[in-house]
Amino acid sequence: MRVGDHPILGKAEWGKKVTLMVDGHPVEALEGEPIATALLAAGRRVFRYTTKLKEPRGVFCALGRCTDCVMVVDGQPNVRTCVTPVRDGMVIETQVGLGQWCYSKKTGEKKG
Amino acid sequence: MKTQGEEEGIRTTGIPSEEELEASPGYPEAEALRRGPVVVIECVQDIPCNPCEAACPKGAIKVGDPITSLPIFDAEKCNGCGTCIPICPGQAIFRVDMTYSEDKALVSFPYEFLPLPKKGDTVQGVGRAGEVVCDAVVLRVQQPKGFDHTAVITLSVPKHLAMKVRSLKRRKASIKE
Amino acid sequence: MGKVEVAVVGAGAAGISASIEAARAGAKVVLIDENERPGGQLFKQIHKFFGSEAHRAGIRGIQIGTDLLEQAKEAGVQIRLNTVVYGLFAEKCLGLMCGDHTEELQADVIILATGASEKPLAFPGWTLPGVMGAGAAQTLINIHRTLPGGRVLMVGAGNVGLIVSYQLLQAGAEVVAIVEGLPTIGGYGVHASKIRRAGVPILLSHTVLGAEGHESVERAVISRIDKNWVPLQGTEKTLEIDTLCLAVGLSPLAELAWMAGCRFIHISPMGGWIPVHDENMQTTLPGIYVAGDLTGIEEASTAMEEGRLAGLAAAEALGCLSFEEGAMKKAEVRERLETLRIGSFGKGRSLGKKQILESRGTV
Repeated sequence: MRVGDHPILGKAEWGKKVTLMVDGHPVEALEGEPIATALLAAGRRVFRYTTKLKEPRGVFCALGRCTDCVMVVDGQPNVRTCVTPVRDGMVIETQVGLGQWCYSKKTGEKKG
Repeated sequence: MKTQGEEEGIRTTGIPSEEELEASPGYPEAEALRRGPVVVIECVQDIPCNPCEAACPKGAIKVGDPITSLPIFDAEKCNGCGTCIPICPGQAIFRVDMTYSEDKALVSFPYEFLPLPKKGDTVQGVGRAGEVVCDAVVLRVQQPKGFDHTAVITLSVPKHLAMKVRSLKRRKASIKE
Repeated sequence: MGKVEVAVVGAGAAGISASIEAARAGAKVVLIDENERPGGQLFKQIHKFFGSEAHRAGIRGIQIGTDLLEQAKEAGVQIRLNTVVYGLFAEKCLGLMCGDHTEELQADVIILATGASEKPLAFPGWTLPGVMGAGAAQTLINIHRTLPGGRVLMVGAGNVGLIVSYQLLQAGAEVVAIVEGLPTIGGYGVHASKIRRAGVPILLSHTVLGAEGHESVERAVISRIDKNWVPLQGTEKTLEIDTLCLAVGLSPLAELAWMAGCRFIHISPMGGWIPVHDENMQTTLPGIYVAGDLTGIEEASTAMEEGRLAGLAAAEALGCLSFEEGAMKKAEVRERLETLRIGSFGKGRSLGKKQILESRGTV
């Protein structure tokens, strides 16, 4: 939920709207904000599942230290969504386990 | 909730006890309350802090050195202007006017929530534990730029509750996107 | 390899303050921060600060942050953002990483002001989405204006727990309760009074037994504890919540000081392992200074003063300040620091700081 009006911070001046594709669905975001807050505002709290036990994980430290919030962003896994700003057209996927590195080990080129 | 060796008070409830308030040099004597609007400083811990001292245009508040000293309030000098109310970072300063009318007193307090009430609204006055103690009419809502977003709200309450009411019950804000 | 006179790592309250003092004295200062915005914790502190006029009492943390950045820019401090200092190597050489690009920076003097991280608290269900640090919730609501949830249980009644609870209310969330294991409230009573007036119960001698929910937090179970911190059977209560915030302490982020070889001392009340420093904020390695929460968990006001002290000492070490001028300015800062470390809330920290200074002679 966004805080549109705040007793100390005043009325919000939201940035430009951009669209993210999250697990195939369009999600509205605001230019300049981290991916994590766009997802939280859209009601999304589960960002990834752990490798062995497939347990859900989400935001924990919110400043890029704990890596609990990582997701696959534009094909690249382990991206810290709480400190990575959104971009129009960004493709975000729930990460399962360690994710698949999207660059070829042999050629260094991006796969797919 | 008593714990071993510790009397019930601000450290065990978050609310200053009657004893702590009366022992604080910032709390006015009952007599001072009878004379007109007067400020009530509910500061009972030795936090290093003194902006109230400089804020008072009448020199009615003295903290001195060290700045952990509790503010000493001289009710005779206080004219109830309330300049100190929004300045206190602990929101521990209030104003009471027992002389408002036959059966009503005015209580002013700092408030930093939305929605702000409007003059004339009927709200629920709450005590220090957030418990509803009475209905109250909003007489004044002050929030000039100099208060830096701290509103000072004045409620009209039944006189016998003037030293109990310390805020109003927050209403649900419709959180706008 | 780049070269610089003063490199300050961490653009929070301590780091910005250190940069200002060093730059004003005439040193060339580079202030480095891994975030895309400077300010550290300051821009999350939307409440009015305590202290005296010299400590900007009555002014909100956000305004103080803005003012400090203005002063830093005016003093000619070069600020580098989105830049991680990943290592502090021999000869005061810093390893920097910005995006995909890495470089080395050699400094004459280094001031580490890397702050602290929140301590976790483990219990069944603590990994569920919805369980987060209180500071994390504060970042979300005050920087990003996004609520993590609508019904919050706060664990910890120190200043962080009390202040963040209040700020959650201001942002429109409900704080269902604060639970605290100690039998007394550790934070300022006035912070507790504000939230009690707002109807939030503070449950002392209580702990959280677990968080439950299908894919995220939906409930928490709390219970009373005895004086040995053992949960009392039969006192369990289930609270319907969607967010659980942990405000159970902070630990200094001291990796760079560790890898450089600075000596440490362990002081629990100050947050754990503290890099030993002298009264000039210099560590056991000449030319490496520390300031702020990195040197023991205190407050924004002490962080700013320690930053100033380190900045002045650094400038003096470079010859930018004469011995007399340096001594005079440092004395003023030390006096202000002392006034922040007295009274019931300050004496533990004052003792911690004394232990750090005393150990300087023995490590």
